[in-house]
Amino acid sequence: MEEFITNSKGKQEEEYIVNMGPQHPSTHGVLRLKISLKGETVERIEPHCGYIHRGIEKMCERLTYQQIIHLTDRMDYLSAHINNEAVCLLVEDALQIEVPERVKYIRTILDELTRLASHQLWWCAFGMDLGALTTYFYGLRDREHILDIFEETTGARLLQSFNVPGGFMNDIHPNFIKRVKDFIVYFRKKLPEYDELLTGNVIMKERTNDIGILSLEDAISYGVTGPSGRGSGFACDVRKHHPYSAYDKVEFREVLYTKGDSFHRYKARVEEMWESMKIIEQLIDNIPEGDYAVKMKPIIKLPEGEYYQRVEAARGEFGVYVLSTGEKYPYRIKFRSPNFSNLSAINKIAAGFKIADLVAIGGSLDLVIPDIDR
Amino acid sequence: MAFNIYDFTSFNQSIDKLLYDNLPPFWALIIEMTLIGVAFLLFYALVGLFLVYAERKVCAFIQNRVGPNRVGPYGIFQTFADFIKLLMKEIIHIRKADQFLFNLAPFIVIIASFMAIAAIPFGLGLHAIDFNIGVFYVMAVSSLGVIGILLAGWSSNNKYSLIGAMRSGAQIVSYELSVGMSLVTIVILAGTMQLSEIVEAQRNGWFIFTGHIPAIIAFLIFIIAGTAETNRGPFDLAEAESELTAGFHTEYSGIKFAFFFLAEYMNMFIVASIAATVFLGGWMPLHLGPLLTDLLGNWSLKFNTGVDFIPPFFWYMGKTLLVIFLMMWFKWTFPRLRIDQLLKLEWKYLLPINLFNIILMALIVLMGWHF
Repeated sequence: MEEFITNSKGKQEEEYIVNMGPQHPSTHGVLRLKISLKGETVERIEPHCGYIHRGIEKMCERLTYQQIIHLTDRMDYLSAHINNEAVCLLVEDALQIEVPERVKYIRTILDELTRLASHQLWWCAFGMDLGALTTYFYGLRDREHILDIFEETTGARLLQSFNVPGGFMNDIHPNFIKRVKDFIVYFRKKLPEYDELLTGNVIMKERTNDIGILSLEDAISYGVTGPSGRGSGFACDVRKHHPYSAYDKVEFREVLYTKGDSFHRYKARVEEMWESMKIIEQLIDNIPEGDYAVKMKPIIKLPEGEYYQRVEAARGEFGVYVLSTGEKYPYRIKFRSPNFSNLSAINKIAAGFKIADLVAIGGSLDLVIPDIDR
Repeated sequence: MAFNIYDFTSFNQSIDKLLYDNLPPFWALIIEMTLIGVAFLLFYALVGLFLVYAERKVCAFIQNRVGPNRVGPYGIFQTFADFIKLLMKEIIHIRKADQFLFNLAPFIVIIASFMAIAAIPFGLGLHAIDFNIGVFYVMAVSSLGVIGILLAGWSSNNKYSLIGAMRSGAQIVSYELSVGMSLVTIVILAGTMQLSEIVEAQRNGWFIFTGHIPAIIAFLIFIIAGTAETNRGPFDLAEAESELTAGFHTEYSGIKFAFFFLAEYMNMFIVASIAATVFLGGWMPLHLGPLLTDLLGNWSLKFNTGVDFIPPFFWYMGKTLLVIFLMMWFKWTFPRLRIDQLLKLEWKYLLPINLFNIILMALIVLMGWHF
C-alpha cells in the first residue's frame, strides 16, 4: 500500500497508509477511510464510499410513490420517520393536498421523537469513540423507551414507514399520548446524567476542544448541515427557516454554536435534545381531533414537472428531488443526504490532527453510512 | 512479636526440613521449586479467571446490565467456559509475520507478570522470595512485559499493531518513572526496599495514614501510573479498540490471545498488590497506632487484637481487590486520553509533582514529623 509522494522540499517520501474500514469499530458501518499517517498525525484522509451502495435512486425509478417511502427508511435508518415524511410532503405538495391538522401534529411529534432517539444513539457511539464504553448503555437505556413508543403506534421500532401520502397508515395508539408524556418527564431527569458522565469530564473536554475546527465558510461551502453545521454557526435549521408540518406553530430555539470544533458539535446535539423535548411538550396536549389520513387514489401520478422537498433530518437537511413525467413512477429521483455532505468535510477538518482525533471528529459528525452510499 | 495463629513460617520451615532431611539437597531444591511453581500457576490461573469475571460483573453494574448470569450460579463459571473456548479455538497463522517473535511475544508478556508475583508477600510466611530489594525487583520485572508488547506489535506485520506497540512503548517508558518515584517516596519513609519489612513497618498504621500528605499524593500517583503501565483504560491507548481495532494483539487468536488477556489482568493484580503492600499495609491488619491508643486507651488494644483474628491473606486480598475495584471503576467511566495528552500528563504534571513529593517526604522523615 505504500505510495511515494513529493513533500514540500521536493523530496520523495514514503507514506504510511492505513485503511480505516470498511470493517473498523470507529466507522459505525462500512465506510473506508484511507488515511496517510506521519507517526500519529493524520496527513490526509480519503473517504472511499460505496460499500453499501444499493442503488436506491435507480430502484425508485421503477417504484410507485408509496413504495419509495419504504426505501427512504433504509438510507438514514436513524431518522427513518423524517425521511418518509420528506417523500410524503413532496407528493402532497405536488398534488396540492391539504393534510388534516392532526396529521401535522403527530408527524411533528414523531419527527422529534426520532430525532431524540437518533441523538441518543449518537451520544452512545460518540462516547465509545472516545473510549468511554459506559455511555453506550446509558443512551440505549433511554432510547429503548422511544422505540417502545414507536413499536406500539407504528408497529416497528426502527424502520417505521408509518407515513403515507396524505397521512398515516393508522391512527395513533390510545396509549401514545400518555407514554410520550411519561417519557418526557423521565428523560428530563435523565438527560442531565449525560452531562455528568461525559460533558463535564476533563478528558472529554481535552479530547474535543479545539479539535477538528470547521469554519462557518467551510460549513457553507461543503454544505455541512444539521447539528454539525450549527456547531459552526451555520443557521441551517430547515424546521426554523422553511417550516413544514407543525413546526410553524411551536416555539423553539435554533441551537447555534460558533466555534465549530468537536465539542461544539457535541454541545449542539445535546442542546437539541432539550429543544426536541420542548417541541413535543408544546404539541402533545393539543393534538386536534380528526382524520388520520386523507383518502388518496390507489395510484398516485404526479403532474409533469420538477419537485423538491426538504426536511430537517437528525443529521441535517434531507432533500428529495423528483422529476416527473406524469407517470406513476418518478422519471428521476435524487436524494440529498446530509451525511454525504458532512463526510465530504472530513479531510478539511481532520487533517493535521492525531488518529484519536480523527475518530472523535468522525463521531462528532455523526455519520450514518447507508445514507452516504444510498 | 506476639504468637500468630496464621503464621505460615514454621509450617514452611518444617516442610523444608523434612525434604532436606530425607533427600539429597539437589532433589529437595527441585521439589521445592516445583511445589512453589505449581502453587503459583494455580493461583495465577484462578486469580486471572476471577478477575475477568469480576471485571465483567463490575462493568455490568456500572453500565446498568446484569453481566454473566447463565453458566453456574451468578455466572461464576462463565470465565471457565470462555477459557476452554479460547483453548480450543484455532490459532490463525499469519503468513507474513515474523514467526519466531510472533510466537515468543505472548510468553514474554506472561512470564514478566508471573515473575513479579514471586516477590509479593501474601501473608505472614506466604512469600516465595523475600529479596532485600523487593520493590526494585518487582518494578524491574513487571516492566519487562513491554518487550513482549513491542515484539507483538512489530512481528504481527500489521499497521494497527505497530501503532499500538509504538504507543505502548512511549507510554510505559514514561509512566515507569512515576511508578518508581512514587515507590521511592515510600521507600524513604520505610527505610527499606524489602517488601516483608515494609509490611512489618506498617504494624502500627498503614503508610497512607502515617506518611502525611506525601504518602497520599504518592498513592494517587501510583494508582494513575500503575493503571497506565498495565495499559488499562483510560490509558488503554495500546489497544484502543475504537482507533486501532485491538492494537498490538490484533493478529493474535486462540490461546495466544488468551495469554495477553490473562497477562493484562495479572498485571493489574500485581499493580494492585504492590499498592496494597506498600501503601495499605499488605497483609497487616488495620491496627490503631500509638497516637489513637493514647486517645482511646483500652478500646484500641481490644480492637487491635480483634482484627488480628482475620487471616492476613484475607486482609491482603481485601485491600488488593479494593484497589482493583478502583481501577475498574475509572476504566469504565472515563474516556480514553490521546497519546500527546498522555505524555503531557506524565512529563508535565506527574513527574514534577513526584519529584517535589520526594523532597517533601525526605523533609518529613528527616524532621521526624511522620507518625
